[in-house]
Amino acid sequence: MEAFGLFILILDATLRVSTPLMLAALAGLFSERSGIVDIGLEGKMLGAAFAAAAAAYVTGSPIVGLAAGVAASMLLALLHGFACITHNGNQVVSGVAVNILAAGLSVILGIAWFAQGGQTPQLPEAARFTPLVWPGADLVAGVPLLGPIYSELISGHNLIVYLAVLAVPATWWVLYRTRFGLRLRAVGESPEAVDTAGISVTWLRYRAVLCCGFLCGLAGTYLSVAHNAAFIKDMSAGKGFIALAALIFGKWRPVPVMGACLLFGFLDAVAVRLQGVELPGIGQIPVQFIQALPYLLTVILLAGFIGKAVAPRAIGVPYLKEH
Amino acid sequence: MFRAIIVAAAVVLSTSAASAADIKPAVVFDMGGKFDKSFNEGVFNGVEKFRKETGITYREFEVTNASQREQAMRNMARRGSDPIVGVGFAQAPAVEKVAKEYPDLRFAIIDMVVDLPNVQSIVFKEHEGSFLVGMLAAMASETGKVGFVGGMDIPLIRKFACGYVQGVKHANPDATVYQNMTGTTPAAWNDPGKGKELARSQFDRGADVIYHAAGGTGLGVLQAAAESGKLGIGVDSNQNHIHPGSVLTSMLKRVDVAAYNVFKTANEGTWKPGIQSLGLKESGVDWALDENNAKLVSDDMKAKLDAAKAEIIAGKIKVHDYMADSSCPG
Repeated sequence: MEAFGLFILILDATLRVSTPLMLAALAGLFSERSGIVDIGLEGKMLGAAFAAAAAAYVTGSPIVGLAAGVAASMLLALLHGFACITHNGNQVVSGVAVNILAAGLSVILGIAWFAQGGQTPQLPEAARFTPLVWPGADLVAGVPLLGPIYSELISGHNLIVYLAVLAVPATWWVLYRTRFGLRLRAVGESPEAVDTAGISVTWLRYRAVLCCGFLCGLAGTYLSVAHNAAFIKDMSAGKGFIALAALIFGKWRPVPVMGACLLFGFLDAVAVRLQGVELPGIGQIPVQFIQALPYLLTVILLAGFIGKAVAPRAIGVPYLKEH
Repeated sequence: MFRAIIVAAAVVLSTSAASAADIKPAVVFDMGGKFDKSFNEGVFNGVEKFRKETGITYREFEVTNASQREQAMRNMARRGSDPIVGVGFAQAPAVEKVAKEYPDLRFAIIDMVVDLPNVQSIVFKEHEGSFLVGMLAAMASETGKVGFVGGMDIPLIRKFACGYVQGVKHANPDATVYQNMTGTTPAAWNDPGKGKELARSQFDRGADVIYHAAGGTGLGVLQAAAESGKLGIGVDSNQNHIHPGSVLTSMLKRVDVAAYNVFKTANEGTWKPGIQSLGLKESGVDWALDENNAKLVSDDMKAKLDAAKAEIIAGKIKVHDYMADSSCPG
């Protein structure tokens, strides 16, 4: 029973840790399925995290924070789009530029506005997305098996966690069940065909990077306004790159991408719980080994078990219209 | 005409000679600026105290990116400022370089060691301060289980952890201490999400007080404590105000005392190069008690801490320094 309780707690932590990964990976999915490489997920998250925390602090409203975060992220996405779609720039270079821009600008503005070493002040409870307790969660907590699942795992997360979970079927639906999704997938494989059919490649790709910016904005807002209560410099801590790995791991498809994000989150949660714990028969596992575990597993799984990850065919190639 | 110039020069020289008794101190604040509610602000308070007491003004510079450190330090040196204080370990390379270029000027670096004949290195006995907050944690804990979350896994942070564990065991020999490090790269200082998860995992195992030495990551630890109705312990500066009522205390590094002492000793002519290690005895480390945590600390706890503090100062309690032999007893 205790093991079951621990397992539930680990799954609970998995969900919290995976949320920004899922949102960022789905963001990357929109962009990359349209043929635009996005190294800049990290920067967009960071920019959104800063804007969200700053706006939430000033106005005291998490919703305004969310709007500011999404707006900042979409602006950065537009910048990326302007460089890569309008001007046919190198997509990797532009993505790196977005990362550097966001990392520098957030700290500089933070120092200028709040004078706390690039951090934003701590947000009061009212300015954050706090856990939502579902009806009856306390009542059923005592019920064996299902009780903890409902009260710990399903109830008690903040709004953005639920949005992240909903974003997966939503992305799947948009991608595979709408005309926009069909065209988006087509433009990533064969922009010439889309162009021949009389559909604007430029406009389609702009919409794709805007979707990407929107989801990254949610991910960034989660970091500073929901999970934590302030912006701290470089707080995205490589999550954008892990999301990119998850995107490749999940072969650019929504449900497997979610699986990859949950796996990474699960390993992270296990790593946190296993640190410093004596395991029967093995003793204490070194911190370094546990921290390397997610990366080791990724390499092993990528090398042998999931098969070849084939990228969209036109990815990274600017579309030049022939006259 | 010549004579006039010579006289003028003599007048200038004599006035400057008259003020030569006064020092021309300077301070280079690090990233964050002098109102960062943390390290830099502490130094600022220290040098301001000196200015108010003596009327001697100081030059200052606020570094806003890493490449400015050396430049700012050299500018101060070129203008003849003396002594020049560098704030924080990140300024050590700049101090080292500029101190070599200007061997006649006096430099000081806070929180790091630069081994040069004209540099004073001020470090802190963090293990002594951590010992006291460890005792307080053990006394405040109802479950007999307390936690520690470190930032990057480096000897300095193990020094905090080791002092803390000794303090906990001193107050309650049967207590359990959970220890976690956030990571092994500098990103471990800026990951409040991870800090929060580490803290939650310790709370889930029964801990009810957690001490952090993890910079920005630690804000996540304090946040988790506040959200779970448990207690956190802050570090470096007084963090009691971050979540009033949920921060048991903070382990203070008195950088204000350090900066003040540099200026004061230089002014009095008693300044010495070499390593200055500030502990409880020198008021270099301490624990924080203010209106935000007054209700959490009973008179009994305070009396015990004061007694332990006196014993450490008197040398009756020896707090082991992890960095002395890279190991922690018990």
